[in-house]
Amino acid sequence: MSGASVLFDAPGPKARRLSRILSAVTAVVVVAGLGWVFATLNAPRESGGITLPGMFDTVRWTIVADPEMWSFIIGVGVWGTLRAAAVAAVLAIAIGIVLSLLRSSTIAWVRIPTAVLIEFFRGMPVLLMMLFILLVAGTGQYWAVVSALAIYNGALIGETLRAGLVALPRGQREAALSVGMRPLQSKMLVEFPQAFRQMLPIIVAQLVVLLKDTSLAYIVGYPELLRVTLNNLGSFYGNRYLFTLWCIAFVLYLVIDLALSWFARWLARRTDRRYRTGKGAAVEDPNQALLMAQAVASARESESRGPA
Amino acid sequence: MDVVIANLPLYLEGFSVTLLLLAVGGLGALVLGTLIAAMRISPIATLRVIATVYTEIIRNTPLTLVVIFCAIILPILGSELPYLIAGMIALAVYTSPFIAEALRSGINGVPVGQAEAARSLGLGFGLTVSLIVLPQAFRMTIPPLINVLIALTKNTSVVGGVGFVSELFGVGRTLANANGDAVIAVLIGVAFFYLIVTVPLGLLATKLERKWVVQR
Repeated sequence: MSGASVLFDAPGPKARRLSRILSAVTAVVVVAGLGWVFATLNAPRESGGITLPGMFDTVRWTIVADPEMWSFIIGVGVWGTLRAAAVAAVLAIAIGIVLSLLRSSTIAWVRIPTAVLIEFFRGMPVLLMMLFILLVAGTGQYWAVVSALAIYNGALIGETLRAGLVALPRGQREAALSVGMRPLQSKMLVEFPQAFRQMLPIIVAQLVVLLKDTSLAYIVGYPELLRVTLNNLGSFYGNRYLFTLWCIAFVLYLVIDLALSWFARWLARRTDRRYRTGKGAAVEDPNQALLMAQAVASARESESRGPA
Repeated sequence: MDVVIANLPLYLEGFSVTLLLLAVGGLGALVLGTLIAAMRISPIATLRVIATVYTEIIRNTPLTLVVIFCAIILPILGSELPYLIAGMIALAVYTSPFIAEALRSGINGVPVGQAEAARSLGLGFGLTVSLIVLPQAFRMTIPPLINVLIALTKNTSVVGGVGFVSELFGVGRTLANANGDAVIAVLIGVAFFYLIVTVPLGLLATKLERKWVVQR
């Protein structure tokens, strides 16, 4: 059901004019609304006898011209965020690979505990895991953040890869075994590379979520973008710059995340073109994509178990 | 383990606040999300653009940033909302684009031929949507929606972490600070309460999806 055009009759000249007029009216209303918000924020306020300057008053934005602030934000904040995200991403993929292999093991003693472990980690807030590692393992904030993110996303990636492994055509494994490969060889050399490639868009979408989740480090006190802008610089420059600093953090996050999501979509389109011609849906939400992959995998599983 | 049992009332109090955040935040997100999804398929171009821009911006903003806006920046701008309400608003706003996407992907999942067939039999817009498209979209929408709610359950912890609301995570942090010798038991207790919400929901989502994928 792409596009609602099937649902309507083709609009005639009257309907088209109506839609154009409504479109223009909405645009005017929205612009007026934004203008009102801007004006309200910008209006000077009285507070306890002092007049506070508006939110967009130049007084509040003087720090933007301060090169030292920018070097602090980029050097400590953005660097802290990217460093934590990059290390956590590599570790998460490694954990995911190990978990997916253990989870699809033929030995029940390995498979079932791994499944329980994955469910356990998936159902818990990352924040709780960060706090747990920080307080119990005493690793310091950086490793608490990185390892919590790695374990949580590793569990999700593991589940994704397992779904990819199960969803492969059975002929792949049968062919590998029939040319004399051992089961492990078949898994590592034949099945796993294909599963990984098919699931790559979901994994990258999950890594975008990981990057966003590094902002949780604000709560456990690791100096990343959010903590640096709102806490360190907020107390350095004073509370009246807090709104400005929030805006800066917002824009920086938006730029980083949009760039990465754009990359993820490009990758999804590219893999789709190469391996699954016809199905062109890019991964928007890794959770949903994972759900689909799991369902397809279990459908395939029950098919192969049923009467031949 | 004794710490958890001794502080059970505190846990249950935190748990009820978490459930409250989940219920109100989820309901708000459902309303907002439906609105956004409707705007995205509306014939009015401006509404479509607004909905798309909103979705892109909110989806690429970390939840922590949204919660901080509601809990710390809004009071500077002169709002006098209690933190609990601010947290609910933050959760609802943050979750709404995900709901909208789940709804939209459900409707998009119905093959075009279904609507075409209905139209060619002479059904109008209302009948096509209510009798043909929505009943089929419904079953594809429920599992993703449950998944969004699971994420929301986990996300309520951020409100406790930032916003001075004493929900499950907040309670856990306070108890962990007060009982330095039993941190593991305290935090596992907190995890248990999250898991009794998220794991059953997750199993339900997988089960429904499995059933409906096989049917398709």
